[in-house]
Amino acid sequence: MNPLAKIGHYTLGFLTHTGRLCVFMAQAVLAMCQPPFYFRLIGQQILRIGYFSLPVVALTSFFTGGVLALQIYYGGNEFNSETIVASIVALGITRELGPVLGGLMVAGRVSSAIAAEIGTMRVTEQIDALTTLSTNPFKYLVAPRLLAAILCLPVLVLLADIIGVMGGFIVGTQTLDFNAATYIQRTIDFLEFDDINSGLIKSAVFGFIIAIMGCYNGYYSAGGAQGVGRATTNAVVSASILILSANYIMTSLFFSS
Amino acid sequence: MIELANIHKSFGPKHVLQGIDLTVEKGESLVVIGGSGSGKSVMMKSIIGLLRPEQGSIRINGVETIGISARQRDKVNRQFGMLFQHGALLDSLPVWQNVAFAVRQQKNISTAQARAIAQESLSLVGLGAKLLDLYPADLSGGMHKCVGLARAIAAKPPILFFDEPTTGLDPVMTDIINHLIRDCVRELGATTLTITHDMSSARIMADKVAFLYQGKIIWVGTEKEMTNSDDPFLHQFVNGLADGPIATEGVIEEERERGRQEERAEGRGKERAEEQNGAP
Ligand SMILES: Nc1ncnc2c1ncn2[C@@H]1O[C@H](COP(=O)(O)OP(=O)(O)OP(=O)(O)O)[C@@H](O)[C@H]1O
Ligand SMILES: [Mg+2]
Repeated sequence: MNPLAKIGHYTLGFLTHTGRLCVFMAQAVLAMCQPPFYFRLIGQQILRIGYFSLPVVALTSFFTGGVLALQIYYGGNEFNSETIVASIVALGITRELGPVLGGLMVAGRVSSAIAAEIGTMRVTEQIDALTTLSTNPFKYLVAPRLLAAILCLPVLVLLADIIGVMGGFIVGTQTLDFNAATYIQRTIDFLEFDDINSGLIKSAVFGFIIAIMGCYNGYYSAGGAQGVGRATTNAVVSASILILSANYIMTSLFFSS
Repeated sequence: MIELANIHKSFGPKHVLQGIDLTVEKGESLVVIGGSGSGKSVMMKSIIGLLRPEQGSIRINGVETIGISARQRDKVNRQFGMLFQHGALLDSLPVWQNVAFAVRQQKNISTAQARAIAQESLSLVGLGAKLLDLYPADLSGGMHKCVGLARAIAAKPPILFFDEPTTGLDPVMTDIINHLIRDCVRELGATTLTITHDMSSARIMADKVAFLYQGKIIWVGTEKEMTNSDDPFLHQFVNGLADGPIATEGVIEEERERGRQEERAEGRGKERAEEQNGAP
């Protein structure tokens, strides 16, 4: 194939893909907003996506807060380190690291699981069967996962924020011999409601990305076990990349003024 | 009543359905036979709207269904019950929820009523109530198929599609299912379209038989006409003969010839072995 044709081929492929994804997202959002609602399934997904992700997110966030405190202490000058460590840990965790690392961990856990489950349902014709049982797969499969992820991620990230700041606090007071009361006071002084809020808005968007990438890749998987495997990988990779780029865009929007 | 006219369906370069014309009258049991990979399942999926043919018309009770909106399609599909070739049970739900799924979607009924419907439907296909709370992953292949069948008939739809209902079942089950499908038509007045490879099944349940070959329906007739037909393709297929005009997909003619030679050689080998063992 000549190089020009190759470029054209890939461009067309990319455009088809993007178009299909946009239609898929529109259908998914529509299904999420219109009855019938499957409340039992939504509850089930909240349990799976939210509750069972708690340990992973909590551990990630705890150690990140701790390591952040150490690095800032060693890297910065020793003068006034108490204030600097407390403030940077608080801001770093709530603004960026809590939402992004939490989002990435949940993407690894949940996007892959969703893609594998829906992909298997696709290749074993269970999704076809749903249609013949007068059930819309978007309402039955996609909408509950999407809704659960959008609801759960902010809650997870709020907890991650608290635990991350606590990680910094514990390292600060136990290893670096900071005064506990001052550390807490500094944290409260520097932290503003908007810092936490922006992180929570971000995480709701990440929840959408995580669920939609899992569903989309699973829904269009083909070719048996290998196809499901590919869908799973694609789901995690695309969700992670989208989370990181969406995070950049949102940060530049929120903190530009 | 189901009417197909000039249905074409391709996958990439592969032209699977090449102009299907077929009519299933109301309350009639039509059996479709045809070689593996001839497009029987594709035809059935086209009728229920899972695949969209490029060309042609499919009318259900006189209403054109190709290209209708999702809402209208849903309305049409409520008249359908379908057994998939591989069962396609929802493996996140226990058996009873699978069987009662369509009924629960369509009507607001209690859990107890749904279980009762599931149990009744299962007993029709010859399965006991102890299966109700098992999950599809715990079922044998044959039971999987039977539960799929129970699910298809549970809502008592007027039009039923069965994709190889008896493949993989033991002889007793096969007989139960054959008669069940016949009774669905005779007693409930359902219109059924069944795909099968099993000629004895076809003989029991068919009002009419259609033979699908190379993307077209090349023969339609009653079961008696099928047995007595002198159409060379149908004759070879119905009697399961290796020799004949039918080209098997994927099997090259030379290979078949080699197979025959090997068979002959094997036969000779056997004779020789028998000689050595002192057989007469
Ligand atoms: N989704 C698909 N994508 C590409 N090709 C397909 C698809 N579905 C079916 N085919 C092709 O269409 C042809 C007919 O398949 P189909 O499943 O209808 O066969 P069949 O008549 O039901 O065979 P069998 O009796 O073995 O079930 C096959 O050659 C298959 O490769
Ligand atoms: Mg088939």
